[in-house]
Amino acid sequence: MNRSVDLQAVLAGERRALARALSEVENDSLAGRELQDALFPHSGRAHMVGVTGSPGAGKSSLVNRLAFQIRKQGQRVGILAVDPSSPFTGGAILGDRVRMHTIAGDAGVFIRSMATRGTLGGLARKTAAMAQVLDAAGYEMILIETVGAGQSEVDIACLAHTTIVVEAPGMGDDIQAIKAGILEIADILVVNKADHPLVEMTRRALQSNLELAHPQQIGTLERMHHHTLAFNPIVLEEDTEIKKDDWFPPILSTVSTKGTGVEAVVQAIRDHREYLQRSGQWRQREGARLQEELNELILEHFASQWRIGMNADQIALVVKGLLAREYSPQQAVAKLIAGGGAFTKTV
Amino acid sequence: MDRKIRVLIAKPGLDGHDRGAKLIARTLRDAGMEVIYTGLRQSPEMITTAALQEDVDVIGLSILSGAHMGLVPRILERMKAEGLNDVLVFVGGIIPEEDMPVLLAMGVTAVYGPGTTTQQVVEDIRRYVLETAKD
Repeated sequence: MNRSVDLQAVLAGERRALARALSEVENDSLAGRELQDALFPHSGRAHMVGVTGSPGAGKSSLVNRLAFQIRKQGQRVGILAVDPSSPFTGGAILGDRVRMHTIAGDAGVFIRSMATRGTLGGLARKTAAMAQVLDAAGYEMILIETVGAGQSEVDIACLAHTTIVVEAPGMGDDIQAIKAGILEIADILVVNKADHPLVEMTRRALQSNLELAHPQQIGTLERMHHHTLAFNPIVLEEDTEIKKDDWFPPILSTVSTKGTGVEAVVQAIRDHREYLQRSGQWRQREGARLQEELNELILEHFASQWRIGMNADQIALVVKGLLAREYSPQQAVAKLIAGGGAFTKTV
Repeated sequence: MDRKIRVLIAKPGLDGHDRGAKLIARTLRDAGMEVIYTGLRQSPEMITTAALQEDVDVIGLSILSGAHMGLVPRILERMKAEGLNDVLVFVGGIIPEEDMPVLLAMGVTAVYGPGTTTQQVVEDIRRYVLETAKD
């Protein structure tokens, strides 16, 4: 089967070519890598919006309604919906389309489901690259739905310009709300299922948490890079003029199965974009995202170089020594690196 | 490179019995495939659009209403119009013996009636996808 992809067709937004291009990029094939290089100059136009929150909070239903609303305003919408792969078999059930029936027949919406394929953090390794493909294909708004997130699946904050955290009422008390993690990355908070009796309590817990957080809000870059500090965050020279007006994340209520309150969420997304551009944060976030991509590619490069130099027998030998408590894992690594991948048993 | 078999499991038509579809979805997941599950009452247009966007290798249709002779040709037609020539179509459900050869002649790759083992479906999908990839 010939799986070659026509670059011009992708740029023209031809759906079949786009679907193929996404597969090649997702599979990290040679063709996929070449496509990414060729498409990169055409990317950087789309507004990337992340939607995250715990399983069952209503992410897919909200994405469905957001896309419907954005389409009414004339923009084309790309959707990447991530669900987990099984850690045992590598298989996955990708079920987000079940909730996206309102937009299923719209030619201006492109929905793609993807499995995490072993990546933690709420996204798949190739989510950012695939978002870039949709961007280059002319989708103006890209909604990225993470896996059902717990407390630390915060990678989306680095990929998206705008991060929406969806909460459902009754999911925990105010101690949950003041823990570090997912609430910190929210640019917009949505309390979904707002026809539920506990909705006011949840809103109040979120509200008081935000009021605590916001006078001394820490910098965006620091916030996004806490988990991968391969390099210090860059400072683009023209960014010294950034206005420091804070964005205070709005708390909005929706009933996404009915579409209630969704217009206000779309308005908040637009307001946030306007804020990002006015304050210089748009460019700052782009820079942070590209830097993160660079970090990952560098780590990947060295890791694969390293794997080529190692053989399975050597690793097995090292593990035997660890099992016998002859040396610690740290000592083993130091030894391996000093020996350029070769390992002698005397530590 | 990590090439996964991607399968769309869809229920066209109006019957609401999705246990079979969910069982197959789960089985294929356990066989290491990525299964896009679209749920009940999917129109031929919705199924074709989903298959196109998700770039699947296989579409699995579960039909228990008896409407297969009406639904399947419409789906195959839409697929042809969208250029999905290399996507395999599997049909499972309550399919009378005499309809099976007719469906196969239309271009369906395999038809499964009651009593099919899940293992056989897994093996068939692997084999046919491999064959298609060689073409």
